[in-house]
Amino acid sequence: MTEAMKTAQIAFTVNGEAVEASVPVRRNLVDFLRNDLELTGSHVGCEHGVCGACTVLVDGAIMRGCLMLAVQADGCEIETIEGADESGRIAALQTAFHRRNALQCGFCTPAMLLTAAALLEQNGTPTRDEVRDYLSGNFCRCTGYQAIVDAVMDVAEAGV
Amino acid sequence: MKAPDFAYIRPDSLDEAFAALAQYGDDARILAGGQTLMALQNLRMASVDVLVDINRIPDLSGIHEETDHIKIGALVRYTALEKYALIERHAPLLKDAVQFVAQPAIRNRGTIGGSLALGDPAAEMPACILALGAELELSAADGTRRVAADDFFLGLYETALRPDEILTAIYVPKARATQVYAIDEIVRRRGDFALAGLAISGDAVGSSLKSVRMAYFGVADRPILATSPMAILEGQSLTPAVIGKVREAVTGELDPPDDPATPAAYRRHLGGVLATRLLEKLS
Repeated sequence: MTEAMKTAQIAFTVNGEAVEASVPVRRNLVDFLRNDLELTGSHVGCEHGVCGACTVLVDGAIMRGCLMLAVQADGCEIETIEGADESGRIAALQTAFHRRNALQCGFCTPAMLLTAAALLEQNGTPTRDEVRDYLSGNFCRCTGYQAIVDAVMDVAEAGV
Repeated sequence: MKAPDFAYIRPDSLDEAFAALAQYGDDARILAGGQTLMALQNLRMASVDVLVDINRIPDLSGIHEETDHIKIGALVRYTALEKYALIERHAPLLKDAVQFVAQPAIRNRGTIGGSLALGDPAAEMPACILALGAELELSAADGTRRVAADDFFLGLYETALRPDEILTAIYVPKARATQVYAIDEIVRRRGDFALAGLAISGDAVGSSLKSVRMAYFGVADRPILATSPMAILEGQSLTPAVIGKVREAVTGELDPPDDPATPAAYRRHLGGVLATRLLEKLS
């Protein structure tokens, strides 16, 4: 891609499936996932990296889907909430969120789950403060966070 | 909002990137981690005609040990700064600083070079490399120069980078056995830009402190060294009396901007609070 372009041909995997597409270069990753691939579990909130609702995994690391262009994902492995759900890797968190009433409208929930899973992968025994710190880039306007922290701590304490 | 229309180019080498900068001139902007630039574009506070994405240029990644320095590639991401053993051993201030930078998802993508080239006055990395007396490698088609951090930050989002140059690496002097360091900041919410922050580096020789550098962020149009407090500290032991004098000098020297939410007097006060906190920690 050494010539300036407005549309690019890209190839990457999304939730394990190969995807090839022609994308306008100004389309960000989360819009591409939602509108082109109809994976609408990733949400679009603030579009400037503050609310965290667009969180997806790029090559295994959580990132802001609104601060990365779809063309930049060329050659990468993307995982969305749909993939994490299907694989079962966040099942314990999903159960704990349900049990603890850690969601109301659900808008922030997919990103909360992916971010909490990233925390537990790095640190299986976080303190409540560490959970709050790690989730500080994910806004929830319903729960007041208490129940979300409770749910993440439940999973950490159960050690699953 | 969505970013305004732009063209995109993804060079595979520095030479290709220089060629793109030469071809598009002022219309082009380098895209590194994009954690600020993409947000500004989406907010339509920045409008760029051609984005030159340097993320796939291999020369810009990685951390290398040299005789006296650690060479940090401009594209090294915050998360990597936290994880590399070389950083922990030779530039531990940078490792400590990362926890203050935004949130994990931003740290997985944002780069040290991007932060320095942007030169946000309230960001952590510019103040840290100033405190550490690091040098920045600026490269262009006609060659490479090294600029001291002291001479790099010129004003609000203004740096010594020329339009045809790319920040390619940062040379941080290796931590000495006597080196002491500390960083802290005061923010309204976790991960926000600092209302005031301070990074300190120096040498503990016997009971006294030498070669102290105190770099403040969030209190001026760029990261700044607090020169008169540094002079007071030089060669002194960190007694309560010395720390008190430093605090007084900090509040006398800092001249922060006044804004309705954060009066200048408040930021000056925070500057003194941070000096006291960090020096007590080092004593």
